[in-house]
Amino acid sequence: MKKLRRRESAAERAASCARPSPDDLARAHPAPEGPARTHHGHDLAGRHRDHADGEVHHRHSHAATSAHPGHHHLLTVEGLHVSFRMYDEEAPYLAARQREVNVIDDLCISVHAGEIVAVVGASGSGKTLLADSILGLFEPNALVEGRIWFDGEEADAADLARLRGHGISLVPQSVRYLDPLMKVGNQVEGFAKGGSMPEVRARRRRLFERYGLEEDVAGMYPFQLSGGMARRVLLCCALMDEPRLIVADEPTPGLDLPLAVRAMDDFRAFADGGGGVLLITHDIELALRVADRIAVFKDGTVVEETAVANFASPALLRSAFARELWHALPEHGFEAPPDRRRGKDASRPAPSEGAPC
Amino acid sequence: MPRFLAGQLAKFVLLMLGVSLLTFALVGLSPIDPASVNVGQAALASMGDAKREQLSAYWGSNAPFHERYLAWLAGALRGDLGTSLRFNAPVADVIAARAGNSLALMAIAWAVGGALGFALGVAAGVKRGSVLDAAVKGYCYLLASTPVFWLALVMLVVFSVQLGWFPLGLSAPIGVASADVTFADALHHLALPAITLSLTGVANIALHTREKTIDVMESDYVKFARARGASTRAIVMRHGLRNLALPAVTLQLASIAEIFGGSVLVEQVFSYPGLGQAAVTAGLGGDGALLAGIAVLSAALVFGGNLLANVLYGVLDPRMARRGAVATRRASHAADAQGSAL
Repeated sequence: MKKLRRRESAAERAASCARPSPDDLARAHPAPEGPARTHHGHDLAGRHRDHADGEVHHRHSHAATSAHPGHHHLLTVEGLHVSFRMYDEEAPYLAARQREVNVIDDLCISVHAGEIVAVVGASGSGKTLLADSILGLFEPNALVEGRIWFDGEEADAADLARLRGHGISLVPQSVRYLDPLMKVGNQVEGFAKGGSMPEVRARRRRLFERYGLEEDVAGMYPFQLSGGMARRVLLCCALMDEPRLIVADEPTPGLDLPLAVRAMDDFRAFADGGGGVLLITHDIELALRVADRIAVFKDGTVVEETAVANFASPALLRSAFARELWHALPEHGFEAPPDRRRGKDASRPAPSEGAPC
Repeated sequence: MPRFLAGQLAKFVLLMLGVSLLTFALVGLSPIDPASVNVGQAALASMGDAKREQLSAYWGSNAPFHERYLAWLAGALRGDLGTSLRFNAPVADVIAARAGNSLALMAIAWAVGGALGFALGVAAGVKRGSVLDAAVKGYCYLLASTPVFWLALVMLVVFSVQLGWFPLGLSAPIGVASADVTFADALHHLALPAITLSLTGVANIALHTREKTIDVMESDYVKFARARGASTRAIVMRHGLRNLALPAVTLQLASIAEIFGGSVLVEQVFSYPGLGQAAVTAGLGGDGALLAGIAVLSAALVFGGNLLANVLYGVLDPRMARRGAVATRRASHAADAQGSAL
């Protein structure tokens, strides 16, 4: 298993995720130098002070539901880099050298308890790699660096692997993520630990009941599920493991907006119960309807992480790209990227920029 | 279902007819005179013309090809496979005496080779790129490119001649009455041919299973199982074997023909009195009846293996089984609808 590695510049970047006063830096972050701390330290060093709604820290602003129980985020990702070592495709076959291709670059994002954070970005832009990194699932040729805290404790690659299914659960995209030769009920019961077979089965039954799945669905094979059934089954898989954080990777493919919003009700209920949801989607309209906060993903990094409320007016958005996105929304007239006209505005400080951590 | 059975039965009958016809045609084309094979060159030369004529008539060597074939076919339908020219005994008896030896040899090679190949393939696929993977691949490529008779000779040289662990050949010790041959003796004689044949059967199944294992381990459902905290070991036991077993069993059932072909060579090298050796004797001796009998039997075995593979897929893969059931239900619904419309 590859370690989440740090290098000097990573520590610097981590520090650059927020630009707070030095005084706040000391309180909001573990000291960036010295060996990476794993289980200790953040409690004291990383303790948040209380802050008001709309205040910016860790490079993001908050929504009304963003809670900091225990004075820390449920999930914090800082300075995440993912690159792949691959052979140069353009060089002649035998002369091809390995090179590093950056896919995710200096990405910061946080999820609070009780909220849905939507990561919005174009399809194929590498959003799934963010999910993989949080789950500690790395391709053999991937180089992953950065720092991740879960529930206030810094996690290295081994910790992330331990957290899979024990705190962080994935809700995947489609029925392809189920074993085609195994009955659905067994798969939902899955590797769930804690409890004897009858207990696990009873828990699965309760979940099925809560999500409107008939008991005979348990005896079906994945190919027999309808789209809606498959979505609920996949959600049940995640909930079976009683997670604190759900990472949902495009959980509503092919649904039109009203249906997708309805399908997200279950995630809303989970968040309202104190969990956190990281929703990865290419659909900004869906994100605006169901999420509490939105992280705009572009060119391998999060250029804006802000409350949905701030999408009410472009003046509340800090990054030029997020403002472009706002203007491109249907209700704002599908305006083409106005960067030629508004290029100078990019440097205009947004109202909330520069606030301390 | 009845339609499927009727179709398979028709195929089977056509296959049997084709195989026996082809065998007879090939033997008929060979320049060997059955009569001289039966009694020997010298004996035939010293016979009178009348005697020679009688012998030819008995073996039907003067009759036209189609008459000989039809006569054999008529006999075969009554259960009489004819008389072997070389063994001077009913073909059914010759086959029965040797089938036990051969089937034991092939069954062991099939099962051991299949199990070993499957295990090596899964291990190599899961640990892709490791030393183990490289070793398994190397072993498979080496064996796949080794002629089986040569391997048999090497085994014989090393284990029988040099080390003396196994007898040099035959299926029983020399100079022992067949009633006194113990099971241990038989096993001792069977071991080396069976090991040789198993070793060559490993390569195919191991390489195929390795590829399939790599596919499975890279599948979305394995990724999801990992995301739920399952260890590699748990994933292989829970999802891997389930998805790998069926293709492996199918492949192994379809490879019966290769095992049969290998057994002919191995039996020849080890002087092991089985069907393969009898087939070689029959082919070289112009023994049409015996060759046709063995060809029909082996074709039936291969056909049975392939049929079993097809049926297993339908029964064990829920996508096929349930879809089949749904399709039949739909068909009967459609028939009902048609009936009511009329």
